[in-house]
Amino acid sequence: MNPVYLRYELLRTFRNRRYFMFAILIPVVLFFATAGPNRNESDLAGTGISAPLYFMVGLAAFGGMNAVVSVGGRIAAERSTGWTRQLRLTPLSTRGYFRAKVATAYALALVTLALLFFSGTTLGVRLPAGEWVRMTGLMLIGLVPFVALGIFLGHVLTTESTGPAIGGITALFALLGGTWFPIQDGVMHDIAEALPSYWLVQASHVSLGGAGWTGLGWFVVAAWTVALGALAAHAYRRDTKGM
Amino acid sequence: METLVRTPRGQVELSVEARGLVKTYGSGARVVRAVDGVDLSIARGETVALLGPNGAGKSTTIDLLLGLLEPDEGDASLFGRPPREAVLAGRIGSMLQTGALIRDLDVKELVEMMASVYPHPLGVGDALRQAGIEELADRRTQTLSGGETQRVRFALALVSDPDLLVLDEPTVGMDVEARRAFWTTMREGAAHGRTVLFATHYMDEADAYADRAILLAHGRVVAAAPTTEIKGLVGARTIRATLPGADEADLASLDGVAQVERHGDVVVLSCSDSDRAIRALLERFPEARDIEIAGAGLEDAFVLLTGDGNGTS
Repeated sequence: MNPVYLRYELLRTFRNRRYFMFAILIPVVLFFATAGPNRNESDLAGTGISAPLYFMVGLAAFGGMNAVVSVGGRIAAERSTGWTRQLRLTPLSTRGYFRAKVATAYALALVTLALLFFSGTTLGVRLPAGEWVRMTGLMLIGLVPFVALGIFLGHVLTTESTGPAIGGITALFALLGGTWFPIQDGVMHDIAEALPSYWLVQASHVSLGGAGWTGLGWFVVAAWTVALGALAAHAYRRDTKGM
Repeated sequence: METLVRTPRGQVELSVEARGLVKTYGSGARVVRAVDGVDLSIARGETVALLGPNGAGKSTTIDLLLGLLEPDEGDASLFGRPPREAVLAGRIGSMLQTGALIRDLDVKELVEMMASVYPHPLGVGDALRQAGIEELADRRTQTLSGGETQRVRFALALVSDPDLLVLDEPTVGMDVEARRAFWTTMREGAAHGRTVLFATHYMDEADAYADRAILLAHGRVVAAAPTTEIKGLVGARTIRATLPGADEADLASLDGVAQVERHGDVVVLSCSDSDRAIRALLERFPEARDIEIAGAGLEDAFVLLTGDGNGTS
């Protein structure tokens, strides 16, 4: 990867303060709002997971999803202003363009996770180092389908619609996936299990020992990755054909 | 009308070549042939203007030449290779008609970012200097005016140190001074063997800066010749006269008159043969006064070549 190009792509993303406020600070604020009053709850709604840990991972999942899906907003903006078209007249490959976008998305997601994890420790979350690492690893994997979702949205949305669409879709995934409260049984649980956002939140299960995700979790994340990846590739091709 | 001058194939290395380019939009009864059989070739080191009114197919032609669009028929090549290959080799610098800059970077940072994708870029300082925008180096891109943005986009086209520079209406939004500075830079670049193709509807720009003009109308090349020849080609002169009340259709039907414009009491006759036209005018309208006969600019030549009902293509 071209390090100069990537550096400026990162720099300009991190310079966008308004974006930062929403992408990173809001999940932190929401974390303290939800976990703070329940900080002494060691078994949240029968999950076996403490409230601070559960909400820490839940809101890290929410923030991480926002961070990677919002790559779509940047792609849509660059398409609508003609910047993408101008880039196609440079030696920068499509792959190079997306690599930088995905790297930026993950950099933002990592910052979000780090801030949330730090916030978690202030409310007493303590895990062995290996569990922090495994949890982070699962979350980064669980974010892959959302990167594809972001790229897909970036090619089907107009600039004006990206804000509400990305915010709305991410919030819906977060809600149904159990970010705001554990979904333990019933139809909602069946739906949740089929969503990648649920498995992001379930990364906190590493604290209960074991792998964290069941086989179903790996399958759901992989299936969404393939499906959204195909949609993103299709949208990209349709968007650039005859442009 | 035939293409008038064509660089002989094989004698000089061609930077740009297109054969029979056709591009249509829409379908069924509403098919628009935006580009309708364009042939052109541009030798190395030439500065060529692609001239035409809005809707003539200039931008579509440029998109086809650059490989942004696939032609329905025909093909285009840059330096003897498919356009995409020449682009990937970093030999092309381009500035499309529309395009904003990405935000949250200083101008010099943006130029450095884009320089990094080319194999043999200019230094950032050189690119800024050549584009005449050193004073903008530390400005954030989102704070630039429209004209400043155009000049930064020009720096981005130059930073690759391209063999071919393709510019679609490059001076739109620039003030007079910026336009002059822009063209000065362009001439310096051309002196170094760079090929330049620019689309414009400013006749004076083509007249002043291009070696050759390719005139496009209704998606076709209606003339391709040195700009001096384009003017001579129609032998065009204009006759201005004060002539209240004369009927425009009568004037247009005079021998040697190609087109008539009226500004109040003043009529302007674009002539294909001004000698015959002045005799016919005085015979038919002896009351005409304040008569002036002037050599035409490229614009008048252009009107004669592309105007409707004048036997063009």
